Amino acid sequence: MSKSKGSVGRRGFLRGAAASAAGLAATAVGAAQQPEPPATSEPRGAVEVTGNEKPGSDFMVDVLKTLDIEYCAANPGSSFRGLQESFINYGGNKSPEWLTCCHEESAAAMAHGYAKIEGKPMMIMVHANVGVQHASMAIFNCYADRVPLYIVLGNILDVNFRRNNAEWVHSVQDAASMVRDFVKWDDTPVTLGHFAESAVRAYKIAMTPPYEPVVIVADATLQEEPIKENIRIPKLAMSAPPQGDSAAVQEAARMLVAAQNPVIVTGRVARTPKGIDLLVQLAEAVQAPVKDQRLRMNFPSAHPLYADPGVLPLTPNVRGADVILALEVQDLYSITHQMTPLNRFGMESRPTTEPGAKIITVSAVELNHKSNNQDFGRYIEADLSITGDAEATLPELIEAVKRLTNSDRRRAMQERGAQIADAGRRWRQQHRELATVGWDASPISTARLSAELWAQIKNEDWSLVSWDRMVSSWPTRLWNFDKHYQFIGTHGGSGIGYGAPAAVGAALANRKHGRLSINIQNDGDLNYAPGVLWTAAHHKIPLLNIMHNNRSYHEERMYIQMFGAKFNRGIENGDIGTALGNPDIDYASIAKGYGLYAEGPITDPKNLAPAIRRAIERVKAGEPALLDVVTQPR
Amino acid sequence: MKMFLILLPLLAVTASAQTMTGDAVNGKRLTMRNGCYQCHGTVGQGGMAGARLAQTRLSQAGFISYVRNPRPGNMPPYRAKVMTDQELADVYAYLQSVPPPVPLANIPILTQK
Repeated sequence: MSKSKGSVGRRGFLRGAAASAAGLAATAVGAAQQPEPPATSEPRGAVEVTGNEKPGSDFMVDVLKTLDIEYCAANPGSSFRGLQESFINYGGNKSPEWLTCCHEESAAAMAHGYAKIEGKPMMIMVHANVGVQHASMAIFNCYADRVPLYIVLGNILDVNFRRNNAEWVHSVQDAASMVRDFVKWDDTPVTLGHFAESAVRAYKIAMTPPYEPVVIVADATLQEEPIKENIRIPKLAMSAPPQGDSAAVQEAARMLVAAQNPVIVTGRVARTPKGIDLLVQLAEAVQAPVKDQRLRMNFPSAHPLYADPGVLPLTPNVRGADVILALEVQDLYSITHQMTPLNRFGMESRPTTEPGAKIITVSAVELNHKSNNQDFGRYIEADLSITGDAEATLPELIEAVKRLTNSDRRRAMQERGAQIADAGRRWRQQHRELATVGWDASPISTARLSAELWAQIKNEDWSLVSWDRMVSSWPTRLWNFDKHYQFIGTHGGSGIGYGAPAAVGAALANRKHGRLSINIQNDGDLNYAPGVLWTAAHHKIPLLNIMHNNRSYHEERMYIQMFGAKFNRGIENGDIGTALGNPDIDYASIAKGYGLYAEGPITDPKNLAPAIRRAIERVKAGEPALLDVVTQPR
Repeated sequence: MKMFLILLPLLAVTASAQTMTGDAVNGKRLTMRNGCYQCHGTVGQGGMAGARLAQTRLSQAGFISYVRNPRPGNMPPYRAKVMTDQELADVYAYLQSVPPPVPLANIPILTQK
């Protein structure tokens, strides 16, 4: 690019200023503590800043805008100040729009929730190295949950560009190394052209199943120096998702059609709404029950072939099955085996499957196993293992099943399907009966909480943006889920602190569609980084937060109590280090302080319905709200 | 995080011990103090971590026997050192004293589609 005579870039300005200051200091040595003002109006090392030059960060914005990213969530950091300024002033603060976060972990977890609704990544901008450490747990959750996340790290690689202690302690040799164990790909571009190519490549990699986070380091020198190169932005060419081998898919179809009691176990299958339709087609073609781990919204819960989710959908019972089709399942081993109870010593797992039962696995995760993180689970001795994205593999599998099904098999399948549907009517009734136990209890039962919520949202276009395991999966057991955006699964990596920010991110994605977002919020989780409530208020993100306030880190409380019994001592002391009482935390006041409409604590179940009604009115008007409901432990 | 799954068989265990008189008030106190509620709920309603115990069909002796020797799972055996038979009889009395649930037909929001 052209450059006016006498002008220098930002970096040149800084170097010039430093040289000038050094010169001044040199002249002052031995003379006076305060340097003399320059004798002329043209000081040595004078610089002229024209302000007309385009910094590299403007080009970076041009590049990132080609990726159709809606939002960039960040807690401010000096190593990406150039890029932030370019986003706001040069980029017009849209596509992406900047979201102000109070913690890097909130930014990453917001992006996590957003991606599961919108089906594409949000960008987060993170300060190396302190910001990366803050964000790392939430990045790990995205990795373990197979969610795309586009991470831009600021860093100052060139020692000549670091001006003070803060810039030295915040600079690293290899900025992405801290999270490399749980991102799919990273790069540290050394030129703007390199940045353009790697930024586009990163998006493509993140969005090729298995979806996972990617990192691009935006070096501060590249951001702040003027553009000097002739550079272009490569075209984004997306990859088709990897599909299972055709011969293996045909064999899987043959096994399913011949099976007497096949079962379909689903984990993270429906990457898109189309995945639900495909699963319905497969289940109906085979007339097999679908046992859903609820890691995504995979299958309509009112469908006759939807099997009893029980209270723990993550580990469905597959006893009696002769063929188990596991689609993108997490920890299949703990489904096909009875694991060692916590109250016993040693490893005593034993198979729970029928002798001779066949296991078919379909998963893209095998394409990107890591060594250090052991989330791949125990080795599965599958009879047929198909590496490929399940959603992408389903069309061929469905066609093959239909082609192989003759009239005899079709008749047998229909009889089986009728039995599954009968069982479905029974388990649905049983769950409703169980929900009545403790209906009027205080603290409020999680069944009552879920039923009261359902009564008021079922006629809305709603979206549950939280996992429901901690409330004994009551929404899964009582509500009617049939749309992809109505459930977003879980945290993936069990890193607590995911819930509140993921809900805000998912609600942000739901906002433009006019959906009513509901977050059943665990109290312990909210206390990690509650500032995300302010982000929701500031950016006017409609979201109804219902506190599941059991006043403890309850999972661990149960463990401590259980181990006290195991070792025959101290079963009264489980609250030490786990309880969140004395004083009780006033979540309504906290939420009000962050600018939300809030009520609570609500302890009488009779007060719940009116409070939900009032809060929904506020949310439908476009603001976040919070109800602090004091609940039963589970 | 692994889950708890505590299953109590619905069939009554044959009891040889004599039935003790249970104190439901003390049983409620023990349910809270000793942490029974953590898995089974404050009114024994059960949940993802523990089975429903309210109005259990186990006999008192069967209940105590199960607590001492639960089916292999995640619930540990509770020995007399941490809960005496009398204390378990009190907890049993409390669980039996919990009012029966409201009939499903009387809760419209659970029956309406």
